[in-house]
Amino acid sequence: MVRPMKTLLAALVAFGLVGAAPALAQDPPRIVIGPGVIEPMPIAVPTFIDEGGAGEYAREISRVVISDLEGTGFFRNIGEEAYISRISSFDGGIAFEDWKAINAQVLVTGAVSVSGDRITVKFRAYDVFNGQTLEGAALQFAGTTQGWRRMAHKVADVIYSKITGESGYFDSRVVFVSESGPKNNRLKRLAVMDYDGANVAYLTDSSSIVLAPRFSPQGDRIIYTSYETGFPRITLLDVGSLRRQTLEEQPGTMTFAPRFSPDGGTIVFSLERGGNTDIYALSLSGGGLRQLTNAPSIETAPSFSPDGSQIVFESDRTGTPQIYVMPASGGEGTRISGGEGRYGTPVWSPRGDYIAFTKQNAGRFHIGVMRTDGSEERLLTASFLDEGPTWAPNGRVLMFTRETSGAGGQATLWSVDITGRNLKQIPTDGPASDPAWSPLLP
Amino acid sequence: MSLAAKSLLLIAVLGLAACNNPDRYGAGGPGGAGGPGGAGAGGIDTTGLGDPNNPTSIAYFNQRVGDRVLFAVDQSTLSPEARSILTAQAQWLMTNTGYAAIIEGHADEQGTREYNLALGARRAAAVQNFLISQGVPANRLRTISYGKERPIEVCSEEACYAKNRRAVTVLSVGAGS
Repeated sequence: MVRPMKTLLAALVAFGLVGAAPALAQDPPRIVIGPGVIEPMPIAVPTFIDEGGAGEYAREISRVVISDLEGTGFFRNIGEEAYISRISSFDGGIAFEDWKAINAQVLVTGAVSVSGDRITVKFRAYDVFNGQTLEGAALQFAGTTQGWRRMAHKVADVIYSKITGESGYFDSRVVFVSESGPKNNRLKRLAVMDYDGANVAYLTDSSSIVLAPRFSPQGDRIIYTSYETGFPRITLLDVGSLRRQTLEEQPGTMTFAPRFSPDGGTIVFSLERGGNTDIYALSLSGGGLRQLTNAPSIETAPSFSPDGSQIVFESDRTGTPQIYVMPASGGEGTRISGGEGRYGTPVWSPRGDYIAFTKQNAGRFHIGVMRTDGSEERLLTASFLDEGPTWAPNGRVLMFTRETSGAGGQATLWSVDITGRNLKQIPTDGPASDPAWSPLLP
Repeated sequence: MSLAAKSLLLIAVLGLAACNNPDRYGAGGPGGAGGPGGAGAGGIDTTGLGDPNNPTSIAYFNQRVGDRVLFAVDQSTLSPEARSILTAQAQWLMTNTGYAAIIEGHADEQGTREYNLALGARRAAAVQNFLISQGVPANRLRTISYGKERPIEVCSEEACYAKNRRAVTVLSVGAGS
């Protein structure tokens, strides 16, 4: 019998998602999988058991776990109508033969109880073939009922992580720009949502243009460009209190494209003076402003490497925008983009292995990834206008803005794997742009 | 007057209404969402555009002198036509010393948000530098870039892109900051 779980792992290895899987060395994949196609693993997630007062929560949590897992494209949930046996108690015995018979490779059982505003969620994930709990996949989460979706995401993160060998990314948030109004008078406001589009909360009103928000590495602050003062300026927002602070102005300049350093203590950004844009760094603890590039060309879109030692950025010093890497202390940088077309908005993966970017070539826009030396360039998307990738906390999924053309053109949020698989739109209430992923929540 | 010209005038009026806040587009003016800090919530300084036949009027500047110049793709160099418009703008500004100007740089939608902000700034600065070279005092001029955030034409064809790659000299009453 073919073991799809191993097949999935083998496929992930083949596509570079998993560095090494020595346990599979003597067990080569038995299904030949075409480029970019992985047969999803069948799993069964029976509705979690209500162990008291849980009501809708048990059903909704099960639904979110399934949605998270299926949303990766790696899993296919088997509908309850196919079940042979039921799970009636969390600690009762399991007839694994019944789950094998419907070809479930993984069975997830769970239970939910609610007391007052406290909710407890526990779950186990089984390797149906062995009849064993997946190691480390039997956990309990407790908190307030308000956080029920987060607990569902945490359940799914554990399962995803055990089966793919990657860290999870479901228990995360995304800050973005919510858009309304016509193309020539777009209203923009900052909003934050769960990674899957749920739980939207607005952080600013739409009285001034806001652009390109970014989370701090701790997820407690957001930095973005705002026209609130009348001119583009970098603004720091405390997520908890929603207090805003505009960074000290350098007279006669415009500042934009900010990002945090990995330790959250420094920001890098573009500063324009007299028409020329260079990259600067500012210590948030009062260390002053440092100029990192000094060229008559446009230097913008800086992004730190996860170890904080380097910065990748965009420059048009050769006549077209290309991607360069320089030490965090500044300098000329080394060009890493080599293909045809224009490259912009480079972002270093939180795992350090890839740089995501926007590419414009032959009238189309693409989101792509390349190694940090520019090799192995791979375009993942193509459309009239795709731009501004942001990494999921596990460095394996990207979210970006896709805008349609013409007078009625609108922006929407999309995500795609770094293999180019599983391209899909993130549901939002209205047009949305400039997503930025938070770290995995604690 | 064409509808488009009327719209331009309306935009110009809104611009004057918020002379200390060049983000008049984003500010909570008519049709906007309003909110704290929005200029629309405060007092509106009404300034007549005047008669376009009156050479000292803003309407004359906008329509007869020409308030904007256009750029080639990715470029911020001034074409001969642009230089001729800007020469006339400079003469007008030196004659009508009671006005300050904010020069807005814009880009078409074919580019990333960040790059277009920088490109718009380059274009605005090219205009500012030219006006200064023609004798307009620097303290009467400011620049701002909107990147691709505020297209004036909304189609996704070169006919629209060409009009969106622009720098617009927006007048306000006051002799500079």
